[in-house]
Amino acid sequence: MTSKIETSKMEMTDIYALAPHHRFQWEEAQQSYVILFPEGMVKLHGGAGEVLKRVDGKATVGDIVADLKATFPDAEDIENDILGMFELAAGKFWIRKV
Amino acid sequence: MTQNSLGDSVVQKTVQAQNNGVAATATQTQPLWLLAEITYRCPLHCAFCYNPTDYDRHTQNELSTEQWIKTLREARKLGAIQLGISGGEPLLRDDIEEIVAEAHKLGYYSNLITSGVGLTEKRIQAFKDGGLDHIQLSMHDITEEINNFITNTRTFELKKKVAAMIKSHGYPMVLNVVIHRYNIGHMKEILEMAEALGADYIELANTQYYGWSLINRNQLMPSKEQVEEAERITNEYRAKSGSNMKIFFVVPDYFADRPKKCMNGWGEVFMIVTANGDVLPCHSARVLPNMKFPNIKDDELGWSWKDSPAFNKYRGDSWMKEPCRNCAEKEKDLGGCRCQTFLLTGDAEAADPVCSLSPHHHIIEQAIEDAKNPQLQAQPIIFRNDKNSKKIISGELEERTKEFHALP
Repeated sequence: MTSKIETSKMEMTDIYALAPHHRFQWEEAQQSYVILFPEGMVKLHGGAGEVLKRVDGKATVGDIVADLKATFPDAEDIENDILGMFELAAGKFWIRKV
Repeated sequence: MTQNSLGDSVVQKTVQAQNNGVAATATQTQPLWLLAEITYRCPLHCAFCYNPTDYDRHTQNELSTEQWIKTLREARKLGAIQLGISGGEPLLRDDIEEIVAEAHKLGYYSNLITSGVGLTEKRIQAFKDGGLDHIQLSMHDITEEINNFITNTRTFELKKKVAAMIKSHGYPMVLNVVIHRYNIGHMKEILEMAEALGADYIELANTQYYGWSLINRNQLMPSKEQVEEAERITNEYRAKSGSNMKIFFVVPDYFADRPKKCMNGWGEVFMIVTANGDVLPCHSARVLPNMKFPNIKDDELGWSWKDSPAFNKYRGDSWMKEPCRNCAEKEKDLGGCRCQTFLLTGDAEAADPVCSLSPHHHIIEQAIEDAKNPQLQAQPIIFRNDKNSKKIISGELEERTKEFHALP
């Protein structure tokens, strides 16, 4: 429930950072990005990795959407996917609003 | 150290994390999780320890620092990311600082799994500087009496001090509490204590019966009603608003209808290197008969994981017998735990007796009944210590081990 309430408030001006004690890194052996945290890890597939890579505690959600649109001009309607990824990551406490 | 703390519960968490809509997966045949069981020496003598009852054989032939560093490098190349440094009590070795620093350089997410005994300001600062990612501290109860009884040591005050030290160095506070008959009635108080200590994560790990906990099963196992009540209190606490503490309740398999998918599958995700260099797919694998496990002193780690007969033996499901072979649910649990099955039935390839479809299920039902028997309950606890390990090796405690296959 909490995550739903939080995500409904998500604004394009919000800034997110990786949650404390979480680490985001590229894994050569798996050819993917992962998030590591105490007692667990999550492997991120392409698009999710591209979003999380840009979450740095400085860029706004809007900045990241614009950057991804520019980087992947052929991808259609990626804005909803990106916002969905933010909601998911915030709901899982992988990222937190700063 | 508990089977749960780096065993299936960790995988369960990982598996749960897969269902998140981003197609995250952790189930590929890379040893993502490396557990370095770095020494079997331990200042605590916990009755529920899963370590081998014959650990005394492996206290004089530990790997050197250089051998550990080589192992970390090779495992990292195979895809290992999560590193648990465990034991015994890892802090009894004075090279943990070096190992931690190397792990950080290699890109591991590293975890020191400790009783807290031996953790000083100087050492924790060195771990922080070296890049250790987190520390998992075992706690036993809210009462000094139970803590000191079940660990057979006077460590209650020390654990509280260590918890504060972990917090003050900016580490996430990860507590592991092994649950058994003596503390299962204190669930709410244990959760409140964890909250008061500022825990970020708490794992309530119901005892699973391997090694020392197996021979003390009649002394440790709670009743089904107690487990259900403990789970209810945990759920109630979790639902309570205002708590950010993540609570994992590891359900004991003896009270389930189906077995656990042990280690998330044999040779699927986990690799353990023991104090003397044995390379194992799970903590207890050395109890299994007719197996020769690789050792890092003689064998290349990539071969050990990918091609050694021991790691291939129970990968997948082609080894299964009935009733598993044609069971519609076989992929859910892969027939359960090979070690538990062998220890209880004498046949490593049978269905895990925890399963209600197993022809051996009566063994579990009997164990639950036995744990209610006042005469059996009254048998003395055999604490995990060098003296008792020697006795078990020499056969002196046969009356407590004969019921189980391959103990020691």
